[in-house]
Amino acid sequence: MDMQVAKKKLGLKEKYQVMTRDLNWTPTYQKMEDIYPYVHYEGIKIHDWDRWEDPFRLTMDAYWKYQAEKEKKLYAIIDAYAQNNGHLNVTDARYINTVKLFLTGVSPLEYMAHRGFAHVGRAFPGPGPRVACLMQSLDEMRHFQTQVHAISNYNKYYNGFHDFRQWHDRVWYLSVPKSFFDDAITAGPFEFMVAIGFSFEYVLTNLLFVPFVSGAAYNGDMGTMAYGFSAQSDEARHMTLGLEVIKFILEQDPDNLPIVQRWIDKWTWRGYRVLTLVAMMMDYMLPKRTMSWKEAWEIYFEENGGALFRDLSRYGIRMPKCAETIRFEKDHLSHQAWCTFYNYTAATAFHTWIPTEDEMQWLSAKYPDSFDKYYRPRWEFWREQAAKGNRFYNTTLPMLCQTCQIPMLFTEPGDPTKICYRETDYKGMKYHFCSDHCKEIFEHEPEKYVQAWLPVHQIYQGNCFPEGTDPSAEGFDPLKAVLQWYNVVHGRDNLDFDGSEDQRNFAAWRAQATRNV
Amino acid sequence: MQIDLRTVTIKPLRQTFDHIARYLGADKPVSRYLEGSIGIQPKDIFHYRPTWEPEREIFDEGRTKIRMKDWDALKDPRQFYYGAYTSARARQQDTAEANFDFVESRGLVEALPDEVRQAAVALLVPLRHLAWGANMNNAAVCAYAYGGMAAQAAIYQSMDQLGIAQYLTRIGLLLGDVEALSAGKQAWMNDPVWQPLRRYVEDSFVVKDPFELHTVQNLVLDGLLYPLVYDTIVDQIFAARGGAAIAMLTQFMTQWSAETRKWVDATLKAIVTESAENRGIVQAWVDAWLPRAKEALLPVAAIAVSEQAPALLDEVMEGFAQRLAKIGLSA
Repeated sequence: MDMQVAKKKLGLKEKYQVMTRDLNWTPTYQKMEDIYPYVHYEGIKIHDWDRWEDPFRLTMDAYWKYQAEKEKKLYAIIDAYAQNNGHLNVTDARYINTVKLFLTGVSPLEYMAHRGFAHVGRAFPGPGPRVACLMQSLDEMRHFQTQVHAISNYNKYYNGFHDFRQWHDRVWYLSVPKSFFDDAITAGPFEFMVAIGFSFEYVLTNLLFVPFVSGAAYNGDMGTMAYGFSAQSDEARHMTLGLEVIKFILEQDPDNLPIVQRWIDKWTWRGYRVLTLVAMMMDYMLPKRTMSWKEAWEIYFEENGGALFRDLSRYGIRMPKCAETIRFEKDHLSHQAWCTFYNYTAATAFHTWIPTEDEMQWLSAKYPDSFDKYYRPRWEFWREQAAKGNRFYNTTLPMLCQTCQIPMLFTEPGDPTKICYRETDYKGMKYHFCSDHCKEIFEHEPEKYVQAWLPVHQIYQGNCFPEGTDPSAEGFDPLKAVLQWYNVVHGRDNLDFDGSEDQRNFAAWRAQATRNV
Repeated sequence: MQIDLRTVTIKPLRQTFDHIARYLGADKPVSRYLEGSIGIQPKDIFHYRPTWEPEREIFDEGRTKIRMKDWDALKDPRQFYYGAYTSARARQQDTAEANFDFVESRGLVEALPDEVRQAAVALLVPLRHLAWGANMNNAAVCAYAYGGMAAQAAIYQSMDQLGIAQYLTRIGLLLGDVEALSAGKQAWMNDPVWQPLRRYVEDSFVVKDPFELHTVQNLVLDGLLYPLVYDTIVDQIFAARGGAAIAMLTQFMTQWSAETRKWVDATLKAIVTESAENRGIVQAWVDAWLPRAKEALLPVAAIAVSEQAPALLDEVMEGFAQRLAKIGLSA
């Protein structure tokens, strides 16, 4: 009775082929260059989009199923965490400041990635990369929203979260991650893929997500751990996409190599500069440390990244130029950053503190070549001064690097006692940089980087006060006006952890939870 | 037995984020949809202009002719944030999978009258390319629309269309094997019957205004196509000719279009009720594209229903005109 005619069995690859790229056709009623206007101007030559190897083969039916399953589990944990006041189980309320850094600095980038991948997905004429990019655009929406939903519960009980969206645009140190992503999304579609897909998602992701997620795990933050781990399975797809992009571009034409190498040099450095915030988070902000920034850099970049770049050397790609500078900076980066935030804590939306004696011992052990020599004396001095009632606040606005927008706080390669300054002239104006790498990036595209919205310049130009402010009025307090414009509430969101409302509330609530008071 | 898990009751300092409280005018608990959607797109302080469109900001209201005081007014009545979206689609996918299984395991394809099977293949298989075009168009809406509300729903729409292209591919394989797919592509590329529709789609690829694209693709083209092909031809005519099995295979599309319509209508209604200018602009888009969509769909419908096509299309047009009227537009 079996009337069924035997159908051709399609292999997985062929099946995926008919489910994706076979859907595409070459248009005849409109010109390719009108439909895909953005694929040529960067100079990347693609001869055959069909040579694209799909890095993963996921059809939408399977996507919906897996992702819905993951979402269900994740939201069950988020709900339970909120229901149980899980935030009271973190090691120490100082930990919560790392979550503030994440929500204000990283989550808005997930949103930008959502839009950016939609843009490049639309821009590529190749159906293979388009599908992968659009799927990533959808995933990035997931990451943004799960982070907002998970962290929403912290916002209910702690300061420093409440206006994260506006802070990301306005607050001085958040212009560092913001301008990083703005730089990527305003670049051409191929550069975007090298910047975000490869350099950030592939090369540097382990230095961003792993520290936050394992930091959360070590410090009893189930909520953050849950969205972090849940996002990791998406990241695995994103990483394979990032790697495939590089290989695909390089295999298409030898002329692509120098362009791609320059992008890798640029974006490894740009990404690394953003990771300054992660470095100080790992070394200073996590009450229970996972590993030092230096160790993380050695494992995830020098070892794993080293292997990756050796593998890519068959295409002619070499290690990013900045690796040598970073090798020097790894003993200093986190210390210099946290010292700066300690100085400027009046203008931050999280709390700072002086490391405890135990923590300084840990830092001495992890940084035998630098901590005791250069940084412990500073902390001890500041601690003494604070004890005498002279808590030091820096009220002079710092000069910012025109490219990475970080205050000029980094030191000369080879001399940790001398601040590194570089400058260049462009159309009669002087521009300042924190490093040779940032200067070189500027000099390659000055017309782009002169546009940067530098927070310090903007404050001096009077663009960061509430409407109607009169800076010439007697007794005008610029810091107060800037904080108002930021909507950072003085005395609640900023300043030292010691004496903060967060500290008091956490102690009182924890006492309620653990004792019979 | 009930165990109280919450050992401490503490009073929250605030209910939601400030940008949401400012928008709603009050600090109050909000749904996950609103919390993950309001004000999420940056509006200012862009550091650089796009090298790919230097006359614009990264997100720029100037990309569309539409003017809105509040872009977050373009809310999605389905309240889809990512979690709600994937969970809804996963449920529909379960049903679709069960339907495919049912049709395959009962040998229902073999039981189809030959002319129905052939008509279904000829009508449905080329539409996988059309859905692929809709995937690309909605990616453009997501990338270039102003405001997080519209952009978010557009990526869902985009990936739904990819899903539909993939369901249609499975239907093609089931009803006619790989040859059906290549024949369908041939028809899409060369058969005169499909050319006005392909031209419509390719012309939409060069539409730059994201809200014009939304109108051209999601309102006008899909607004005629889904009622015509799925609700009328597949569900009624094929079913009446012994092809109910095909309706089982396209159930996802039927349900999806009924659901998606709510979003399309709500966004366009918010746009046209904003101002007479907006209404005029959207009406001009409808006036320019609707006759083309009708003209393009007529020969396609005729593949399956030959001389019945004009009458069916008129019927669909009637329903569509009512839909437009509810939005505040006219046919």
